[in-house]
Amino acid sequence: MLDATPPLRLVEVRNLKMHFPIFSGLLRRRSGEVKAVDDVSFDIYEGETLGLVGESGCGKSTCGRAVLRLYDITEGSIRIGGTEIGDAGYTTLRAMRPTMQMVFQDPQASLNPRMTVARIIGEPLDEHTSLSKAEKLDAIYDLMDAVGLNRNFANRYPHEFSGGQRQRIGIARALALNPKFIVCDEPIAALDVSIQAQVVNLLEDLQRRLGLTYLFISHDLSMVRHIADRVAVMYLGKIVELAPRDALYASPKHPYTEALLSAVPEPDPNLESARDRILLEGDVPSPSNPPAGCNFCTRCPKVMAVCKEHEPITREVAPGQFVACHLYDEEISEIAGKTAAHEADQSIQQGE
Amino acid sequence: MPDGGMPVLDVKDLKTVFLTRSGEVHAVNSVSFDLKAGELLGVVGESGSGKSVTMMSLIGLLPSPPAEVRDGSVLFNGEDLLAVKEERLRELRGARIGFVFQDPMTSLNPVFTVGYQIMEPLRKHMGLNRAEARVRACELLELVGIPDAKRRLGDYPHQFSGGMRQRVMIAIALACDPDVLIADEPTTALDVTIQAQILELMKELRQRLGMAVIWITHDLGVIAGIADRVIVMYGGQIVEQAPVKELFANPQHPYTRALLKTIPHITGARDEKLSVIEGQPPILADPPVACAFRARCLHRFDRCDRENPKRRGVGPSHDAACFWDPATGTPRNA
Ligand SMILES: Nc1ncnc2c1ncn2[C@@H]1O[C@H](COP(=O)(O)OP(=O)(O)O)[C@@H](O)[C@H]1O
Ligand SMILES: Nc1ncnc2c1ncn2[C@@H]1O[C@H](COP(=O)(O)OP(=O)(O)O)[C@@H](O)[C@H]1O
Ligand SMILES: [Mg+2]
Ligand SMILES: [Mg+2]
Repeated sequence: MLDATPPLRLVEVRNLKMHFPIFSGLLRRRSGEVKAVDDVSFDIYEGETLGLVGESGCGKSTCGRAVLRLYDITEGSIRIGGTEIGDAGYTTLRAMRPTMQMVFQDPQASLNPRMTVARIIGEPLDEHTSLSKAEKLDAIYDLMDAVGLNRNFANRYPHEFSGGQRQRIGIARALALNPKFIVCDEPIAALDVSIQAQVVNLLEDLQRRLGLTYLFISHDLSMVRHIADRVAVMYLGKIVELAPRDALYASPKHPYTEALLSAVPEPDPNLESARDRILLEGDVPSPSNPPAGCNFCTRCPKVMAVCKEHEPITREVAPGQFVACHLYDEEISEIAGKTAAHEADQSIQQGE
Repeated sequence: MPDGGMPVLDVKDLKTVFLTRSGEVHAVNSVSFDLKAGELLGVVGESGSGKSVTMMSLIGLLPSPPAEVRDGSVLFNGEDLLAVKEERLRELRGARIGFVFQDPMTSLNPVFTVGYQIMEPLRKHMGLNRAEARVRACELLELVGIPDAKRRLGDYPHQFSGGMRQRVMIAIALACDPDVLIADEPTTALDVTIQAQILELMKELRQRLGMAVIWITHDLGVIAGIADRVIVMYGGQIVEQAPVKELFANPQHPYTRALLKTIPHITGARDEKLSVIEGQPPILADPPVACAFRARCLHRFDRCDRENPKRRGVGPSHDAACFWDPATGTPRNA
């Protein structure tokens, strides 16, 4: 708060929508749409990691890909380093590509099995630079060093590597063009527990050394607590809560965040036997047919009449903690509002 | 938990090898454990450590070739499953030993209704007629928390969500009131909120039905919440075994200790830096002649390269396969 220079917003997303058309019938007529990402707004500050969490199908990957403009988005504004790319054409996007990269979940599926590691890592250099052959090989070796891959393996193929090493290859390729911003889409989900920490430590290390900014997509809330500075929680295409990490984990405000956190098992039998779980009923509704009002109203343990009619607006209920929930509308639920304010006070103290 | 008495399941020196074009894979090596009546035994280990192959070997579900169960005995209520005829095994699998796998879609038949698939074992193994089986199937769906059970008997597997399909699988596994339920990563493919529902259901079912359960997972959090006792597998072997609280409070094997340190927590102090287990799990091309964890172990010494440590008692109902003693930080005697 007292910093002289406020942190720079490297990524600014406003009212982003990504709807996929559904076609059906013999004539493949457009019969509806999947609202995979439905009006989300957030910033990512330079050098920070924003965690993006939520259950499968809630729109995390679509959001990450849309922000990098791997899709033609339905609506909204995306600014990267001040440049608007929401409606940018091919030329602008191509010029921006080097600064923004992606690391995928499944290193197996995202690496071409017929290319050597050197070619995979060097491919972005072919496309975006005019380095000589020798310069390129130097760059590839440097990248392999940076991610902890043995240079001697440059001419091997992806299948000759383990899952963790393949993820290192994917990271090296993402780093090739000196990006500022990397979307990491479940980069450790396919890896074994003992390998996950290796890759997470590498990502953190590279962030410190290269000043990288991450959007870290994951369904692993414990790992996000470790790696993220701030966390956005998605449910059915919308961000329901966005907060600094410690505030989110210590005093979640949205009933969905509360339920999600309480469902995560803790590797400690004493804590586990004492824990009070909030069990959500049923399943997530389909994003092609979201409920009226709040998207979470069909499963919310604290649902009120208003939730089934009106969509809640997002408000800041504690410093930097944004929540989209009617519990925090004073006029609608005074009592709930008071409790919230009380909790917000506590979280500010805890946050200090 | 009733201690003593004959275990429901008693596995001794189980050894399973795969014969592949590129040679043998020693997937399960001298695995021994027992399962007591009413107990929930957690089996934890990373992928490839031999959890599934061990359980499939027990009940003859591995295709042979390529699999070959080379050695061992599996006493189920005193009867050796490795010695009985295929017919008897099939009977036991349908009625006395229930199964739930990670991906219910591969074990449910997409062309039959869910009702048919629950009723079939009831008619075959319990001798119920159609009407009786139908009533029982409906009860079972209600038991596992599927709303509107009667109507849903007529639905096909694809009409259920992932979590609901897993409940159906549990209903089928429980249909004939088995003595043992083996659940192989039943919640790994599910979201945490759905996993929490299934874990809660499991706790409830155990209280009501009292069967013994083997629960396989790579998630130490799940183990902590559900298991009475835990075995830890690494490289096709059991490296540690202890009651759940003892294992988490007092891990003895360097692998278990490292694993517990490498996972971040959702509550309590935040882990600034994750501790790392360097290296990769072993390739199981040869029978083990040395410790399987030695290449990644921080406490390795010369004996670990020469000899495969046997499990030995290290505390109350607690054993570990390691030559090193964390209490003294030196090799154990003998
Ligand atoms: N290319 C696509 N066409 C149609 N629907 C899609 C497409 N990509 C994703 N979806 C749908 O959008 C929703 C969000 O998906 P996704 O972003 O992959 O979620 P997550 O990454 O959180 O699991 C899902 O319902 C998914 O089926
Ligand atoms: N059909 C097979 N052919 C060859 N090797 C196999 C086969 N099935 C399993 N294995 C090997 O057996 C070992 C143990 O596998 P598994 O029991 O499935 O591990 P887990 O269930 O602990 O992930 C692994 O090394 C695996 O590669
Ligand atoms: Mg995804
Ligand atoms: Mg398995």
